[in-house]
Amino acid sequence: MSNKNDTYAYLLRLGDNALVLSQRLGEWCGKGPALEEDMALTNVALDLLGQARLWLSYAAELAGDGADEDSLAYLRDADQFRNVLLLEQPNGNYADTVVRQFFFDAWHALALQQLRVSQDPRIAEIADKALKEVNYHLRRSSDLVVRLGDGTEISRNRMQAAVDHLWPYSGEMFDADGVDLAAAAAGYGFDPSGLRTEWLAYVREVLEEGTLKLPSPEAWMQKGGKQGRHTEHLSRMLSEMQILQRSHPGATW
Amino acid sequence: MSALSARASIDTIWSWLRQVPDPEIPVISVVDLGIVRDVRWDGQDADADVVITVTPTYSGCPATEVIAASIRDRLAEEGIGHARVETRLSPAWTTDWIGPEAKEKLRGYGIAPPACAAGEHVIDISRLTRRSAMKPAPLIACPRCGSTHTQVLSPFGSTPCKSLHRCHACHETFDYFKPH
Repeated sequence: MSNKNDTYAYLLRLGDNALVLSQRLGEWCGKGPALEEDMALTNVALDLLGQARLWLSYAAELAGDGADEDSLAYLRDADQFRNVLLLEQPNGNYADTVVRQFFFDAWHALALQQLRVSQDPRIAEIADKALKEVNYHLRRSSDLVVRLGDGTEISRNRMQAAVDHLWPYSGEMFDADGVDLAAAAAGYGFDPSGLRTEWLAYVREVLEEGTLKLPSPEAWMQKGGKQGRHTEHLSRMLSEMQILQRSHPGATW
Repeated sequence: MSALSARASIDTIWSWLRQVPDPEIPVISVVDLGIVRDVRWDGQDADADVVITVTPTYSGCPATEVIAASIRDRLAEEGIGHARVETRLSPAWTTDWIGPEAKEKLRGYGIAPPACAAGEHVIDISRLTRRSAMKPAPLIACPRCGSTHTQVLSPFGSTPCKSLHRCHACHETFDYFKPH
């Protein structure tokens, strides 16, 4: 049997992952290193925003306290967000943005493959839809890792620095806690620790093709985002994302 | 009984919907695009709602809301004020639902239609190995001159459903409707 509070907590994670990365990618709008990349970043952001709306709308329905997708996105404080720390990390240089995307896309594709057979039909249909989009995201970010890794000396160095810098944020995606285990036990979710081997194998293969080194899988990993303990970057990001609704509550256009 | 005979048949409503253009690609209709999944009357009464079930193309496609409004407007022109547009996610929309006639309309409009079935050219991460998991990209013919000597310029184009390509034969750039 699924418990509504556990499901709500689980959906917030899925929605917040998509929302926070979407907002980060949106920050690139008009500033991409090339027109094609600018379009790609904002298109991926748009897919993720659509997915965030689907997850958060469902979460709001379960909460049943008058919340909706907008109040969840615009009126929660940083400590109420449940995204993984990786996704709130600043855009940095282009290598940082590409590597962050690649680490997440590879996890996201695996996660959605699990969720599309969720025993909660609503979760299954959202995941099935999102997976088609995420497959394309993964194809693009994998190609970029190879092209920039196996590129010039400058691009290679920046890519390796980004891989090393973001690596300690990758482990949280596979860190199972009570919310995950309740989801797995009830059949609407999965145990994320089970995805790690497959993720590592794929990431290793793509990094190697891009002449990049995989950092130690045994390295110490940051965590806490899924429980609401975030890096300072999230508050700053939200202050921009939420300012309109915070300054003019209920504003519409 | 009179209410039943007076109201439009489901077939007639479909024919009206075939006149509702896609807001981004007006050469094809929302029916051509495959996003209208069902049309029904909700009840037997004279004031029953028409329910149009649509499925979004991409999760975040901003055209989805415009499409719902266009459908309601078109039905209002026929005197149907009670039209509800409902969203259904499953089964997820696929370009496989775009028929051969609609594909030719796309080509005539300058957009290369999907060159293969959906899902044929994606990474299957569950098979782990990247190279073997990637089927070779299908040849994409230029919608203007027909040459398949073309190249991807950008995996994303002017809308979420398209990518941007260049033809080496006639030197034109063109949009490609991505298999999805």
